[in-house]
Amino acid sequence: MDLSIFGYQFMQNAMLAAFLGGIACAVIGVFVVLLHMSFIGVAMSHAAFAGALFGLWVGTNPLIMAFAFSLVAALVIGPLADRGELHPETSLGVIFSLMLGLAFLFLGLNPASRSTGLELLWGSILTVTHSDVLILAIVAVVVAGLVIAFFKEIQATIFNRNIALAVGLPATVIFYGVLFLTGATVTASLRSIGGLLIFSLILNPAAAAYQLTYNMKRMFIIAAAFGVLSGWIGLLFSYVFNLPSGATIVVMSSVIFLLSAIFSPKRKVKIWRRKPVEDLEVEK
Amino acid sequence: MIESFVIEIENAVVSYREDVALRGVSLKVRAGEFVGVIGPNGAGKTTLLTIVNGLGKLVNGRVIVLGKSVTNGGRHELRKQVGYVAQVDNIDPRMPMSVREVVMVGRYGVLGLFKRPGKHDWAIVDESLELVGMSHLAKRPIGHLSGGEQQRVSIARCLSQEPKIFLLDEPTASLDWKAQTEILELVKSIHDERHLTTLFVTHDLDALPHTCDRVVLMKEGLIFGEGTPDKLISAESLSRLYNLPQSVVEERHPHIHKRKS
Repeated sequence: MDLSIFGYQFMQNAMLAAFLGGIACAVIGVFVVLLHMSFIGVAMSHAAFAGALFGLWVGTNPLIMAFAFSLVAALVIGPLADRGELHPETSLGVIFSLMLGLAFLFLGLNPASRSTGLELLWGSILTVTHSDVLILAIVAVVVAGLVIAFFKEIQATIFNRNIALAVGLPATVIFYGVLFLTGATVTASLRSIGGLLIFSLILNPAAAAYQLTYNMKRMFIIAAAFGVLSGWIGLLFSYVFNLPSGATIVVMSSVIFLLSAIFSPKRKVKIWRRKPVEDLEVEK
Repeated sequence: MIESFVIEIENAVVSYREDVALRGVSLKVRAGEFVGVIGPNGAGKTTLLTIVNGLGKLVNGRVIVLGKSVTNGGRHELRKQVGYVAQVDNIDPRMPMSVREVVMVGRYGVLGLFKRPGKHDWAIVDESLELVGMSHLAKRPIGHLSGGEQQRVSIARCLSQEPKIFLLDEPTASLDWKAQTEILELVKSIHDERHLTTLFVTHDLDALPHTCDRVVLMKEGLIFGEGTPDKLISAESLSRLYNLPQSVVEERHPHIHKRKS
């Protein structure tokens, strides 16, 4: 196998983007899994995609519009979900299809930049620029930094928002902060992974880590490692077998999830909890 | 000196969408009091507790706790001094947290931002777990515990917070008979030892007389009556509270009837 390809600048950029994006997405994914907010995450990532296409259409920076759209989606769905006024499954159906509809609408309205638009759909990690990598780096550092700095507040909020509030922690701020970071992460990964695919790179590594540990710190670390691994292995496979990179990365993250689910020690929970019956003296 | 109240609720009104949970409730609780709150489901008992720590939002009225208004800013500061044991909530069985970590959550507010728990905090956590008899499960994942065990852990979490006020929402509801008595005695002894002020929601009518200084009866979002347990917990008042014929109450709770006569 000829690996001289990794000597090229574009490949190094791609590796770096996969590393940074993998970490940011996976960390956000831990929140998505543990706060049960997949529906918000899906809606936000597709909103970002629709926003980017809107940006292309009106001729502004697509990433800024992507960020704005995903934040608007978060601000609309967050409080609704918060107050239990919208069932997650219902809102997922409504918002998800609306955002895809809007995305294709903007795409149709703007035939001139169709190829750029489609690239945002499934990403193009091999053509990421220095500035893309820089944005990813900033987002990854901020996301990881905030998780480290506010770990105990985050841990309490994840355990139970009401309890976190009751012990005097700003759980609501944490929750909306997480939504904000989700928007930033989705936006920063749009160019490399794409709006349609990004959510699996958020969810899969975290869902895989969730199968493997009962320790939250470890879950963050394992998820980040899986995220990076998905990116790198996916990139390698896409190069060796000449496959689309974003899709290969996403499939790789799903494979990691599948393996984790199969070998999960948590599936043996029931067996482990069962106590030997002989220990109990039964009165006759 | 003017009598000092730790909790002052004035004409509190709370509503969730169309339902009014509290319709103008006033209650004053003195420092060191142990107040039992009883009443049928949906009477507003839980809501009464949540307006004390500010989790429940007032539509009208005023709540002053430890001399500070709950509605104003600084709610987070106030909450650090109020321990809250909520009704049993389903915990994700795969939640990546150990029992010990969950109890530590009680200290997180007191610790403040950017501070990591130290040896002192872990010592308090372990002591709290010891008190509720859960030390042997300290390292277990929290989701693996039974409802009653989780309830004890909630109380331990509350203790580790070292609060001045204790809000307990049916802390014995999912416990077995022996544990009910144990937990109740535990709560009572901690209340006395640490000079706490306690609001205690329960359906356990038998337990009230020897634990509470005062009983508050709630029904349909209003305070229906209050007073000392032996005066208030009578077959007559219970029959009005639960809309049951007096004879039925006497039949179900014979000792209540006996005390009355």
